[in-house]
Formats: sequence, C-alpha cells, structure tokens
Amino acid sequence: MDIAWSLFTPWHSLAGGALIGLAASLLLLGNGQIAGISGILGNLLTREGRAPWRLAFLAGMVLSPLLLWPVMVEVAPATVQTPDIDTQTVARLLVGGFLVGLGTRLANGCTSGHGVCGLARFSLRSLVAVITFMGAGFVTVALWRLINGGVAL
Amino acid sequence: MKSAFTAMLAGLLFGSGLIVSGMVNPAKVLGFLDLTGQWDPSLALVMVSAIVLSWVGVKVAARRSDPACPVDPSVKPIDKPLVLGSIMFGIGWGLSGFCPGPAVVAASDWYWPALAVMAGLLPGLAVAGVFQARERNSAG
Repeated sequence: MDIAWSLFTPWHSLAGGALIGLAASLLLLGNGQIAGISGILGNLLTREGRAPWRLAFLAGMVLSPLLLWPVMVEVAPATVQTPDIDTQTVARLLVGGFLVGLGTRLANGCTSGHGVCGLARFSLRSLVAVITFMGAGFVTVALWRLINGGVAL
Repeated sequence: MKSAFTAMLAGLLFGSGLIVSGMVNPAKVLGFLDLTGQWDPSLALVMVSAIVLSWVGVKVAARRSDPACPVDPSVKPIDKPLVLGSIMFGIGWGLSGFCPGPAVVAASDWYWPALAVMAGLLPGLAVAGVFQARERNSAG
C-alpha cells in the first residue's frame, strides 16, 4: 500500500468532518433526530415518512452547493473531474447507485447514520455495519483493478 | 416552524461539510477505498472529526435527558439484513464512489455522475422499502 501524500487533504477533511458532526448534533438537539441520509431519503419516498423536518433537511442539503459551489475551487481540496458520458460508465453508476439504495435501507443506515451518528453513540450494530461496508468497498475497488488489468475506476 | 428551520440549517451545514471535505468528489472517495493503489486517507479524517463532534451532541442530549432525543439506540440484534445490506452498499459504494449524502449534494449541482447514481439509488431505496414492509407484515 502506497499512501498518496499529494492527494491527502488533512485540514479540509477535518474541517468538513467538523461541519458534518456539527450538523448531526444540531439535528439531534434541535429536532431529536438522527442525521442518516439514507433513512431521510427512504422515508421521504413513503407517504407516512414525509415529515417536515426531513423535507427541510433535504432542502438544506440541496441548497448547499448553491451557497458553497461558487467558492468550491478554493474551498474544496480537489477539482472535481467530469467523466465523459459513455454506456459503460452510466451502467456502472446506475448499478452502483441501486446497490447503495437497496443496501443502505436494508441495513438501516449508511456512512452518515451508521458511520457518523451510530459510531458516536457507540452502537455495536453500527460498528458491524461500518466494518462490513468499508470491507466490501475495499474489496470491490481492488477487484475492479484486478479485472481491468490494474487500472483504477 | 422552528424545528423545520433547525433541520434546514443542519442540512445546509451537512452539505457544506461534504463539499469542504471533498467527499462530493467520487475520485476522492475511491482514492480512500483503493487500498492496493495510491491510498488517500482523507476520508478517515473526515469520519474522525465528524464522529467527535456528533459525540459531543450525544453527550449534551444525554445531559438534557430530553425525551425527544433518541440517545439510546433501541438494542436491536446484529441480523442478516444489517450484514447483507452493508455488503450490497459497500459494493455499490466501490462501483460508484458515492454514498447517499454526497450523491444528493453533487446531484443538486447537476454533476451528471451523481444524477446517474441517484437514478439508481431512489429505486433501490423503494425496492428495499417493499421488502421491509413485506417482512413486517409476515412477522406481525
């Protein structure tokens, strides 16, 4: 394993993570709710889950690029590359997205609900979820490299 | 009204954190998952500071002993849906470089790969919802 020091952005990571943790605390203290994005999205898809706080949280997320994207180039550590649209890439993203949606809802949480909020509460279920999805992610990327002759995604 | 305001502010902060940390960039996330290539540890640090600040929130909520705050997670067992679902999520995460939060934020900026991910993610959530409802009905 080689650490890519040129790509590593410790200060941006810590600052961004702090904002995420602050947001989770605000939602917990202000609304008594867990900032789990898969849960919020999944519930908004159902009639009984369409609570105002969920819509408001989602609206805030949707507006965040408007607020920050103009300064994105200076703020964000890495310039976002836009890949060309081709069938293989679109298929990979659609299948990947479907698995993310299906899996996070079956597991009742994703990187935010289990990874941030769950671990902050020392939930054993969340720890198992995080180890499992990170492990699966590591294996998937490694296999992709292997299958494609060492080429990354 | 007040609660909708705090929730919206929380969403705004959450999205901003994902942008500032670079987690809206799938290349950055895949760089973390790429253990056999050039490994970028950034995502781990995002998790560390996010967990520390959420833990502070959990502590404050516990001290207030506000019944509205679900500080104690209902003790649910580690079951098959948790593990199988997490495996599926991990595979999808590794294929796309997106988990739900960054997908929402990047799609809001019309970043096409995130829009493609959302086009798969929303049906995925809906299908899982149907599974769960069927399970509940057969159990109860």
